[in-house]
Amino acid sequence: MNRFAALLDRMSYEAGRNAKIRLMADYFRSTPDPERGLALAALTGALSFANAKPGVVRTLIAERADPVLFEMSYDYVGDLSETVALMWPRPEGARPHAPLLSEIVHGLSTFSKVSLPRHLADWLDGLDETGRWALLKLITGSMRVGASARLAKTAVASLGQGLTEVTPDEVELVWPGLEPPYEELFAWVEGRGPRPETSNPAPFRPVMLAHAIEETDFTALDPADFRAEWKWDGIRVQAVAGTGPDGARVVRLYSRTGEDISDAFPDMAEAIAFDGAMDGELLIVRDGRVEPFNVLQQRLNRKTVTVKMLAEFPAHIRAYDLLVDGADDLRGEPFATRRARLEALVARLHTPRIDLSPMVPFSTWEALTTARRDPASAGAGADAGAVEGVMIKRADSLYLPGRPKGPWWKWKRDPHTVDAVLMYAQRGHGKRSSFYSDYTFGVWTIGDEGEDVLVPVGKAYFGFTDEELKQIDAFVRRATINRFGPVREVVHEKDEGLVLEVAFEGLARSTRHRSGIAMRFPRIARLRWDKPPGEADRLETLEALLG
Amino acid sequence: MRPEDLLCPSPKGLYSPAGDFYVDPTRAVPRAVITHGHSDHARAGHAHVLATRETLDIMALRMGPGFAGATQALAYGAEIILNGVKVSLHPAGHVLGSAQVRLEKDGLVIVVSGDYKDAADPTCAPFEPIRCHVFVSEATFGLPVFRHPPAAGEVDKLLASVRIFPERTHIVGAYSLGKAQRMMALIRRAGHDAPIYVHGALTNITDYYESCGMDFGEILPVKGAPKSAFAGAIVIAPPSSMTDLWARRFADPITCFASGWMRVRARARQRGVELPLVVSDHADWDGLCASIRATGCEELWVTHGAEDALVHWAHTRQLRARPLHMVGYGEEDEEAVVVAPEGEAPPP
Repeated sequence: MNRFAALLDRMSYEAGRNAKIRLMADYFRSTPDPERGLALAALTGALSFANAKPGVVRTLIAERADPVLFEMSYDYVGDLSETVALMWPRPEGARPHAPLLSEIVHGLSTFSKVSLPRHLADWLDGLDETGRWALLKLITGSMRVGASARLAKTAVASLGQGLTEVTPDEVELVWPGLEPPYEELFAWVEGRGPRPETSNPAPFRPVMLAHAIEETDFTALDPADFRAEWKWDGIRVQAVAGTGPDGARVVRLYSRTGEDISDAFPDMAEAIAFDGAMDGELLIVRDGRVEPFNVLQQRLNRKTVTVKMLAEFPAHIRAYDLLVDGADDLRGEPFATRRARLEALVARLHTPRIDLSPMVPFSTWEALTTARRDPASAGAGADAGAVEGVMIKRADSLYLPGRPKGPWWKWKRDPHTVDAVLMYAQRGHGKRSSFYSDYTFGVWTIGDEGEDVLVPVGKAYFGFTDEELKQIDAFVRRATINRFGPVREVVHEKDEGLVLEVAFEGLARSTRHRSGIAMRFPRIARLRWDKPPGEADRLETLEALLG
Repeated sequence: MRPEDLLCPSPKGLYSPAGDFYVDPTRAVPRAVITHGHSDHARAGHAHVLATRETLDIMALRMGPGFAGATQALAYGAEIILNGVKVSLHPAGHVLGSAQVRLEKDGLVIVVSGDYKDAADPTCAPFEPIRCHVFVSEATFGLPVFRHPPAAGEVDKLLASVRIFPERTHIVGAYSLGKAQRMMALIRRAGHDAPIYVHGALTNITDYYESCGMDFGEILPVKGAPKSAFAGAIVIAPPSSMTDLWARRFADPITCFASGWMRVRARARQRGVELPLVVSDHADWDGLCASIRATGCEELWVTHGAEDALVHWAHTRQLRARPLHMVGYGEEDEEAVVVAPEGEAPPP
């Protein structure tokens, strides 16, 4: 438990992706089975305990601490697990004792409601602060150490470097059939065992991704070799269904990283009435029209959904590709063949919840350029607002995991841009920890007294070059008018300040932002040293984009 | 004699009406007794200053030799009479030279702790509980979530990280007086004998500690060292410099911070700290409670920090207690702000 606690502790402060992978890999390498597998389960969110809930923790601390001191402390710390871990009074003479993670996981899963508090108190008495914190995090179910399931699997794959060279995608492939403590997975990656057989009738297949195309790429490409379709602005999903050896039907919806999101979209389950694996875009379609991304957002990141939400935001899949059709794995077939099988399947399904992503006909790159510029006139019609560009796929492309260069290209719409004024800057992390690299910017609007004021409309922390970062950083240091911890407010007057050209993908109404709008995917496109802040854009311009 | 006649809060700091002197005054006064050299307690401009020899030396190093009209050194345990008040200084265990001030008149004893800690520290004399009627305590870490682990374990964490990331520089933020030297001593005790690099703002005080007989091994200035020297090295710097232009010379550094505040994750994250080291110059919650009890005091006055929690605790122990709401203390965090950046022109 101590080693696992130390890992969580260190990860919670580490911002860098590679450093996180290294910390996890270091832990997996030096920790025996089954401990490391249970840690992997905790990191990937595969553990949950019926009787161990936050309420138990509150009761235990209430029996041991002065309520006034607890409230003052909780108020200061702001996190229940951490407050309890820090102020837990170790009884006189309690021997330090750190149980194994496996003992804890076994206990949390098997102790009854009545006996659990006593065992939990014993563990807390024996552990140190970090150990207590990690234990309580296991119970409250939120690790919040910034490690996605994908990152943890990447760390597992890295154990095979120089041995089996198992890739993260291959780990992803076998993952759905595995259970904690994943001993066969570690054995395989480390070259001590065979590739685990998946017994899951509805496994996730690693997704194929596209490279962004550049103007210069087109000259080498013959339009006759390619097919094009719209790039829809939803979330990429994989719908998989199959029948288990016991005859039970299994239906799954996965995100493009392989997270199982079936529970959030029960309305899709019935429509996935086929055996196979379909690649598509999850959208909200109402009255035959695709809704913008911010409507779909209402349904994301939810464990459960209400009947009302299902009725108000009906889910829909617009199909791109077919990976498996019945018993046939089509991934080794060319795109054109898979597309024909997909068209036949969608016709057979005949459900309003699944339709085909239409092909965009073109014979020259000029023709495709025109279609991309005006999707409404090129077949997208009323759904043009949900088109974020075109996908260009070789007709003979096989379905390959990852992001191979050449077979598939994405050609996004030109982003919107706005000239905004830098208002606040915050220091970055890791390599950027001495640089002010997170920028809050605003546009002009009419203030309470009729005067022009800046209202923040977004935050961006990339898009600039290293050289530009140095320039902005120097400006921030020179132009600071206020400091709030790691944040600095910089001068932003009509005639003094820095104008940033910000590119973004779209806008949505938001009640959480003072400006009333939220920007999608904002990044710094250019520094406009030449432009006085007074000439930056106005909120009205952005509101017009909302339509 | 009422306690208020021997000592009371005033706008300039704690004042002894009977003895006509101040303890750690926040503004210039005719006569001051100074507990230790940190800038929120030791200020320049007093006509007469009484303190330990070390504290006087440190004040001279930090503020220049003319920091006071006249100075008088008093050794730990020695007594002096000021206008009929018997005054003596006793180790506070906070930094080198730090002292508690004991005041006695007509059988009434008040002890002003200054900043103190009861944890072991190889760079200063250990805290001595002094029996008294009224104990005046700080409460910097006066919440039961502040329980500082043994400092040696925190240094082990640092050295373990140096092993996992041998190509990166570990920059350890530590206040220039006391914390920095304690970290040096602890790192050496843990067996790490590679050179430790220091920011220019630390050299003076570190040299002074060494002149008092402490051995920190090879301490080298960052300035002038080749960039290649910093791979895998430990660098100690004042907290503010870690986010300064100064820190850019290090490739892919790991930001560490040695402070009692690091006990709380949110505090560490706000500062962008990647490796928090819970090493404190102040007593933690258990230390405060134990030290207060050890004085056998009948009344507790709390100067600064989380006064309310400590006063509440005292009441639950049937101990009379009140907060003094002193302002101007506990700004050690800001201490480093006055440090001039090294190797960088001062801002216009």
